[in-house]
Amino acid sequence: MIVQRFMGRHGTAQLMAGIAVGIAAAIIVPDVPGIGDGLGLRTVTVALIYSLAGVAAAVLYGRLGLVSIMQVALVAVGGWATLRLHYLTGLPFEVVMVLAAVLTAVIGTVLSLPALRLSGLSLAIVTLMIAGALEVITQYFGFPNGGHGFAGYDTTGVAQTMPRPWLGHSDPAFFRYVVVVVLVVMVALWCVLSARPGRTWAAIRQGDAGAIASGINVTAYRILALAVTSAVTGLAGALLAANSGVLDPISFKAQQSVLLFATVLIGGAFSLFGAVIAGLLFYAFPQLLTSWGVNGNLVFVVLGLGTVQAITTTPTGIAGQLGGLWQVVRRRLSKKSEAHR
Amino acid sequence: MTQLSISGLTVRYGGVTPLDSVSLCFDSGVCGVIGPNGAGKTTMFNVLSGFSVPAAGSVELDGRQLLRVAPHRRARLGVRRSFQQEQVIRTLTVRENVLLAAEHSGAPAASVERALTYVGLEDAHRKGSELTVLERRLVEIARCVVGTPRLVLLDEPAAGLDPEESAHLLELITGIPDEVDALVLLVDHDMDLVRAACKEVAVLDFGRLIAFGRTRDVLASAQVRRAYLGVTEDAE
Repeated sequence: MIVQRFMGRHGTAQLMAGIAVGIAAAIIVPDVPGIGDGLGLRTVTVALIYSLAGVAAAVLYGRLGLVSIMQVALVAVGGWATLRLHYLTGLPFEVVMVLAAVLTAVIGTVLSLPALRLSGLSLAIVTLMIAGALEVITQYFGFPNGGHGFAGYDTTGVAQTMPRPWLGHSDPAFFRYVVVVVLVVMVALWCVLSARPGRTWAAIRQGDAGAIASGINVTAYRILALAVTSAVTGLAGALLAANSGVLDPISFKAQQSVLLFATVLIGGAFSLFGAVIAGLLFYAFPQLLTSWGVNGNLVFVVLGLGTVQAITTTPTGIAGQLGGLWQVVRRRLSKKSEAHR
Repeated sequence: MTQLSISGLTVRYGGVTPLDSVSLCFDSGVCGVIGPNGAGKTTMFNVLSGFSVPAAGSVELDGRQLLRVAPHRRARLGVRRSFQQEQVIRTLTVRENVLLAAEHSGAPAASVERALTYVGLEDAHRKGSELTVLERRLVEIARCVVGTPRLVLLDEPAAGLDPEESAHLLELITGIPDEVDALVLLVDHDMDLVRAACKEVAVLDFGRLIAFGRTRDVLASAQVRRAYLGVTEDAE
């Protein structure tokens, strides 16, 4: 059952295993030949950053049943806020990152307010339209590059780039920096999902009537979910901005949000681990195809087929399948050890 | 002692009037609301719990106007309900299901254990998806009795249960007023359950109140037998 697997993913043992894998990845990956140098490491870093946007979409869909197709647009909002606040205040990156997350939470929530009473296809279309609108806005204003005025965009002078945080100047150091941020966010989300908000969101996903009868203010908790997930997405934008120092509007097209949601379904919308797989599928997989000399647009075909397969046969996604596989292996191992005794 | 006064309650959906000027007064114990399908029983529950807005009428719970209170706030006032299609949250454990209701109705966490003990679900670590029909009904009752409920609305709690399970449910339902001092309104088509559980019963037919009084008297009334039980005087 989907639900059993969903809750299984959130056990303490799984969380500890996830943290251990994250720490091991932070130590090992930068030294792995072929991945740990140059383009490979930068690709994995960006994929990890996008896993934050993926986990936001996964929480909205897996916990509340809300289909939000504007996560990549909110990444752009987070990136824009980070660059603008950096050039405006000169504060340390960590402070700017938190402020950008708060700003994205406010903007994401306000943008979603008209959609609060919607669900399913209607909500998907409305959020996609918002993503389209944000795409137009970022293309019009551009991303701040040290210029003056509200937009902070200078087309005449020499564009500046935002420096990386002092703890993550080199590529390996920045990769580790991102791993730490992703782990902190995942643990924080796990705590939220295991506590009252998580229980309440589960009730809302089951049905508004039952939730209201239990005394739940459905609107307030939907707003809370939108704020939390928008903040997490804003963090992704901040890390992306820090990664390259500049951002290009072409990276944040509305269709990217559709692609991210598809990868979340394939990776597994009912688990935090699924979001990491989604990030890799969303960003690293197209890069892998390109490195093999395959047309990058083929990713739409592959992910389209993957989405159909996930929806029809494996709603828990790759993460759910891996979880199921692990359970089978464990059962067999325990049977063997009992037989030896 | 809880008192519920319903006065001139009317609900209209376009040209349909599922409730038509219904006036009733219940006080403490277990009371029944019966009638054929489409009589307006669930509509009445929907109005009491805030899911439907009436076109006219008023509802007072212990002297407080209920219709002005937002649906989710009614749980804090002690209005609890179960549904025909039970609403146990599949992804949460039994305990979490009850804890959720306690958290949002302002009940202390200690009352969760008391509610679980009352319904006999001490093994509360199983998920909602793993429960039998009876166990799901029990979880719904536990959610209704957690904390300090004043009005418990049970909508066809015996649906899908066998006679033995219904007997167990009857024991729990009749015990609620003593356990938490709440008024229980019961809607069910199981007449044996209604007869055994309810001291008073109201009968609705096409949205109108056609009888109200002591259960034995009402169920013996010729009008009720004709409208609901399908018994004609000739057949008798």
